[in-house]
Amino acid sequence: MRYAMAVDTKKCVGCGDCVVACQTENNVPHGYCRDWIVENVAGTYPKLEIELRSERCNHCENAPCVRCCPTGASHIVDGGIVLVTHDECIGCGACIESCPYDARYPHPEGYVDKCTFCVHRVTDGENPACVDVCPTHCLHFGDLDDPNSDVSKILKNRKWKVLAPEAGTKPQLYFLT
Amino acid sequence: MKEELFVSGRNIPHIDPYLHLWTWEIPLYLFLGGLAAGILFFAGYFYVMHKERDMKATIKWAPMLVPFILVIGLGALFLDLHHKLYFWRLYTIIRFQSPMSWGAWVLMAITPLSIVWAASYLKEVFPKWKWPFAWLDTFEAFVIKYRKAMAWIMMILSVILGVYTGILLSAFNARPLWNTSILGPLFLVSGFSTGLAAIIWMSKSKYERKVLTRIDLIFIFVELFFIIHMIMGFQAGSEAAHEAAKLFLGGEFTVTFWVFVVLLGLAFPATLEIFELRGYHVPVWIPSFLILLGGLIFRFVILEAGQITRYLY
Repeated sequence: MRYAMAVDTKKCVGCGDCVVACQTENNVPHGYCRDWIVENVAGTYPKLEIELRSERCNHCENAPCVRCCPTGASHIVDGGIVLVTHDECIGCGACIESCPYDARYPHPEGYVDKCTFCVHRVTDGENPACVDVCPTHCLHFGDLDDPNSDVSKILKNRKWKVLAPEAGTKPQLYFLT
Repeated sequence: MKEELFVSGRNIPHIDPYLHLWTWEIPLYLFLGGLAAGILFFAGYFYVMHKERDMKATIKWAPMLVPFILVIGLGALFLDLHHKLYFWRLYTIIRFQSPMSWGAWVLMAITPLSIVWAASYLKEVFPKWKWPFAWLDTFEAFVIKYRKAMAWIMMILSVILGVYTGILLSAFNARPLWNTSILGPLFLVSGFSTGLAAIIWMSKSKYERKVLTRIDLIFIFVELFFIIHMIMGFQAGSEAAHEAAKLFLGGEFTVTFWVFVVLLGLAFPATLEIFELRGYHVPVWIPSFLILLGGLIFRFVILEAGQITRYLY
C-alpha cells in the first residue's frame, strides 16, 4: 500500500477550506497549521499566470526527517505515512531543519507536529479531512498500488509534477498541472 | 520570467517567513564542542608524544576547563530542546543515520572521560588537593596507570566530536548552505584552532607557545583554504547553492563573514602569530582572543544563514 495525494492546481481556487478543515479535525493549536495555500504568480504584467497549490507534508518515500531523528520518534507506518510519536519526540528540531517543504512545526506543547494524512480517518477507509471538505474537488487521495483508486486514475490521465524532486526525497504529494 | 510566492493561511512561530528555529543555543554548543575537542585532542597527542614536562598547559591546565566547557555546551543543547522532559529518549536508542544521535552518544562518552583526565591531574596542578574518600585515591592510581590508553581514546573521540559539529549541519539536505561535505572538516579544523588558541593563552612556557603557534598557523591556513573551497563549491553548484553563496558575496552576511570571521578571526591573528614567531613581542591574549571570538561568530553566521537558504520551487 502506498498512500498519495494529488492536488489539481487548475481547479484550486485558494479558498483555504482545507486549512480550516484540518485545523478543526486535528485540533491544531491557534496560529499553527498543517496545510496551507501557496499562490505562485509568474510572468510580467500584464501577462501573469497564477498557480494555486494546497500544500502539506509530502510523506516522502525517502524522508530526511525520519533519517535525522535522533530518537526514532519520526517514523513511517504502513501505507508510507510519516508520523511523529509525541512522547518519543524531544523537540530538538532536527526534522524541521531537514524538511525541504517546511511542513513541520514545533507544537506549543513541545513536540514536533505535522500532517498525518488524517491517519485516523484513512485507516477506517475514509478520506483525509481536507480532501472531503474541498468545494472544488481538487484534492484526490488514495492508494497508488491500487490502479483503480481515485489518485491512481487521475495521475494516469493528467500531467503532474512534484515539489523539489532534486532534493531526492521522493515526495508523494502530486500537483496536477 | 519573474516569479513571486504568496503563502496564505500560515504564519507559524519559528518557521515563517523564514526558518529561525535554532537561535543561540546550537551555535554556542557547536563552538564549545569544537573548543573542547581541540583541547582534548592536543592533550592526548602531546601526552602520547611524551611531552608531559614541556607542555604543561596542553596536557594538564587546559583540560581542567574541558568538563566545564562541555557541561555548558550540554546545557545549551538541553535549553534548545522544546520537549525537555523527554531528553532521556536520546539515550534509549542509537540511530546511525542521525548525526544528532551518535553525537549525543559521543558526548556521553567524552564528557566523563574529560572529567577523569582532569581529575587525574588535580594533585599535580593543585598540590594541596586531597580526595575526600580513600577509594578515589585508588581510582586515581588506576587512571594514572592507564593514561596512555585514555589519551588514545580521547584523540579518537575528539576527532569524532569535532567532525560531528559540522556533520550535524551538513546532513540537512534541505538547507543548501549546510549541505556541503566540507563543513565537517571545516568545523574540525576551526574547532582545533580555537582549542589551540585557548591553550596558547594559558601557557606560560615559551617553548610550548612556539610549538602550538606553529600548529595553529597550519590549521588556520587549512581553514582559510576550506572556506575558499566551500564558496567555490557553491559557485559551481545548483541555483540553490548559488543563492546560498550570495549571502556571503554581497548578501546580508557579507560583512560579518569576511570582516569578523575571515579577516579579524583568521587572517589578522595569523599575521600576529607569524610576527610572534619572528621574534616580535605580541601580547599573547590578542591573537588567541580573536581566534576564539572569530570561531564563535563563524558558527553563529553559518547557523543563521543556513536556515535562510532553501530549495527553490
